Amino acid sequence: MTTVDNGSAPRARRSPLPYVLIVPAVVALGLALGYPLVRQVLLSFQEYGLRQQFGNPPEWVGLENYRELVTDPYLWKVTLRSIVFCLVNAAVTMTIGVALALLMQHMSKGIRILVQAGLLLAWAMPVVAALTVWQWLFDTQYGIVNYLLTKIGFDFEGHPWLLEPLSFFFVATVIVVWMSVPFVAFTVYAALTQVPEDLVEAAEIDGASPTQRLRHIVLPSIRPVLLVVGLLQVIWDLRVFTQIYILQKAGGSTHDTNLLGTLIYRLGIGSGNFGMAAAVAMFMLVLTVALTAPYVRAMLRQEGED
Amino acid sequence: MARPTPRPLRITANVLGLVAFVLAIFPVYWMINSSFLPRREIRNPVPTWVPFGGNLDNYRTVFETDQFVNALKISLLVTGLTILVSLVFAFVASVAVSRFRFRGRTTFIVALLVIQMIPVEGLFISQYKMLEAVDLLNTIVGLSIVYVAAVLPFTIWTLRGFVSGVPYELEEAAMMDGCSRTQAFFRVTFPLLAPGLVATGVFGFIQAWNEFTLALVVMTREDQRTLPLWLTTFADVNRGTDWGGIMAGSTLIAIPVVVFFLIVQGRMVGGLTSGAVKG
Repeated sequence: MTTVDNGSAPRARRSPLPYVLIVPAVVALGLALGYPLVRQVLLSFQEYGLRQQFGNPPEWVGLENYRELVTDPYLWKVTLRSIVFCLVNAAVTMTIGVALALLMQHMSKGIRILVQAGLLLAWAMPVVAALTVWQWLFDTQYGIVNYLLTKIGFDFEGHPWLLEPLSFFFVATVIVVWMSVPFVAFTVYAALTQVPEDLVEAAEIDGASPTQRLRHIVLPSIRPVLLVVGLLQVIWDLRVFTQIYILQKAGGSTHDTNLLGTLIYRLGIGSGNFGMAAAVAMFMLVLTVALTAPYVRAMLRQEGED
Repeated sequence: MARPTPRPLRITANVLGLVAFVLAIFPVYWMINSSFLPRREIRNPVPTWVPFGGNLDNYRTVFETDQFVNALKISLLVTGLTILVSLVFAFVASVAVSRFRFRGRTTFIVALLVIQMIPVEGLFISQYKMLEAVDLLNTIVGLSIVYVAAVLPFTIWTLRGFVSGVPYELEEAAMMDGCSRTQAFFRVTFPLLAPGLVATGVFGFIQAWNEFTLALVVMTREDQRTLPLWLTTFADVNRGTDWGGIMAGSTLIAIPVVVFFLIVQGRMVGGLTSGAVKG
């Protein structure tokens, strides 16, 4: 897909047409995202709890919600947990994905096609379907994971995977990584096929070992791709909601396994404390937008905007 | 890769490749396998690896529950409405962005990229309040509104690539032959965009069909559940008793997505990273 403009498109003739053309999109986004955003900022400065649900007007409390949040050790715990979960997942996904992409270059053709087919299937699985399958695999009583682990000599009969927070997050990580590796592997593999062959060969003639070639030639030339893919993983893993929410319903303590997304949901929709939920949501938005800046820059570089 | 791979490296790569293949495919295989197994085999401590003598009972159970059929109907309506509206809006916007230079164009593009990354969890509280205020909670229209906003940025971004991919010279040539600008666009460029429209439409389908979080927030009533919501509640009730039925439900939800995904996968990967890949 070429995205480079050919430069001969009509220049600004002060025509109103382009503005008319973007109006529907701008209105839709403004209505469904912009308006809620403004409302959310206001909401985060208000006392908006159960009393307001029953008709009392919301009370303007200024920074009270934020003050309460900053001093709430639980929020810090959840934030820290979210960040650790996000970084661990992104790191594991990147490691496996990049390793697979590198290995794919050296596999026999048949095996490579097999691997690509498998990754594609895993990638295509809808998130809810994937989650129910993994729950079934890790099922306490009839799960195949417990069966296999017991079979090879460990005592995993009737092991409840989701009960302990650490084990809960292990299962969540397995699911998130399983779903995210294909994107990384495919994108990085595509980038690897673009690495100039003669550069690698020249280094080989100069006596560079395979490891040196990887470190000094191959990885630097796919650096931009690695950065963007890595960034996307961090952004996506920070917002993980569905996996945690569904696993929480399957067992395990909500209090000990909440991440930012589920915390907002439970504060707002769950307990009707919309003011506080809005404040946490603002915090999460700011965190994401800060992370997005380098991504946008990388994408615009190719757009050739100035 | 023209250079031959040394033998030990090739063998290692092949072995690890097979391991990766098994790990990637196993959950999918297990889902399908279990969906054909009768209950007593599911609950047999020794797993059945191949569903020989399998039957369609689990699928029958799923189709016989009213909730499934109802959820299927709602999912189809929401998905259809979302695709239709977002495709039309995205199409005209992408033409503006790729065929015109206008003030605010860069701002618009940057805004799209940023919005695309906004986590739904960061806004669903106030989207819920908004839909509640206008009485659109638990309605197909209400859910479709937030879905359109969710898929629009990526759809515009991807369609823009397709429109730019058609050389403007083609339109110019048509204009020289006496077409007006609008005629030139619709007679020359538009037909060439069909694959792009299909691909982005399919992308919208996958997004809306799979979406869980916003559906959970907007569709709180039992009779307004979409398929993903239905599956999780079905699993809640039947966990430990009917894994076969749950797997049949999962398979049914996955089939259209997998089919469509395989069709458009190649085009969509480019969308998110094309900037970086091209350097």
